[in-house]
Amino acid sequence: MILAVASGKGGTGKTTLALSMAGALGGGTLLLDCDVEEPDAHLFLPGKMEHLRTVYIPVPQVDQELCDACGRCAEFCQYGAILSMPGGARVFPEICHGCGGCARICPRSAIREVDWRIGVIEETRHKGIRLVHGRLDVGIPMAVPLIRAVRGFDDGSCTVIIDAPPGTSCSAAAAVRNTDYVVLVAEPTPFGLHDFRLAVELIRHFRIPFGAVINRTGEEDAGVGLFCAAEKIPILAEIPEERRIAEAYSIGRLPAEVCPGFAERISRLIEGIPGLGQHAAELFSNTHTGTGQPDTGRDAAAR
Amino acid sequence: MKIAFTTTGDSVDSPFETRFGRTPRLLIYDLETDAGVAIDNSENAASAHGAGRRTAQTIARSGATGLVTGNCGPKALEVLTSAGIIVYTTSASTVADALAQFRRGELQQLSGDGPSSHDSRPGA
Repeated sequence: MILAVASGKGGTGKTTLALSMAGALGGGTLLLDCDVEEPDAHLFLPGKMEHLRTVYIPVPQVDQELCDACGRCAEFCQYGAILSMPGGARVFPEICHGCGGCARICPRSAIREVDWRIGVIEETRHKGIRLVHGRLDVGIPMAVPLIRAVRGFDDGSCTVIIDAPPGTSCSAAAAVRNTDYVVLVAEPTPFGLHDFRLAVELIRHFRIPFGAVINRTGEEDAGVGLFCAAEKIPILAEIPEERRIAEAYSIGRLPAEVCPGFAERISRLIEGIPGLGQHAAELFSNTHTGTGQPDTGRDAAAR
Repeated sequence: MKIAFTTTGDSVDSPFETRFGRTPRLLIYDLETDAGVAIDNSENAASAHGAGRRTAQTIARSGATGLVTGNCGPKALEVLTSAGIIVYTTSASTVADALAQFRRGELQQLSGDGPSSHDSRPGA
């Protein structure tokens, strides 16, 4: 099962939640941190990130001797990444989406594709959880191909949790599409509600079942609860604002380690997700009936 | 010699447009023949990204070697400069006014520092 943790507004608690869920699900879970512009899930795990792969995208390279400035490449390009100037064709790799169309369409075969580096993929493992993240090179605006490459590490053999980037643009869409369920983390503030509505629109566009987690609840909820009720969006968990959670987070520790009751909320959240619940209930009862170590590796995933 | 003007209309009497990449139209004015050719720039102007660079491409392909506009971002300016096009700036109200200013040598060239940047930091 592939589950994505997303939000509208940033800073709502996606990474914290994704890590907490992976921890609760235990061995064999693959956590994909797709916030490639600023991956941060690894900050909560011990151990170094190991390099897995450097990621490139194909960009055009023009043989100016062959180019006769006919303009067909520039006409074809939807992004303005190649321009046809009287002196020859000019390429702007940072906005190239790697479609290869200009190279195909050039009547003089003056264009070939070359690799242009955009970032790296790294991994680490901890207590049976494998974390894989993408790290976009500084200055590169093209996140989507790297997100796709990170998602390529899902080989269908285990439960996958995707830590999505915030927002509702291309990057977020690339992280949530083709998943089985999305958990939307909402912040109960006016900005939070505004962006939560946009995120709901995105997920509905993709027709993926989803539920909400309202994080950092306090006296006011800015109408998030009412909105969910009116839109029939299941609320999987409500997590109260607590200073000790922020304190733990600020030193790279997860809430479950310092806040009794948090772990309970996470298991109930997991139980509320169709398809995930049964698996988790078994794991939860195993870890609490004194079998000692949580299940690791293939056994848990195979159930 | 041909000079391009950013404008909203099709003739020298048309209002001058200060924006570059989002300009609706361009008037390519031939100083020798006093003839103007209007170009529709609406497709470039509607681009989500790269409107300035695409408009620069259109101007380069028109044969113009000069451009008179209000302001121009650094990326588009670089494309224009590398094509040998000199960029002048004015806030004239019609193309005719801008043309007259150009002919009298009153126009400042855009150098790539200061107001040509889209940076809004003071003193940048």
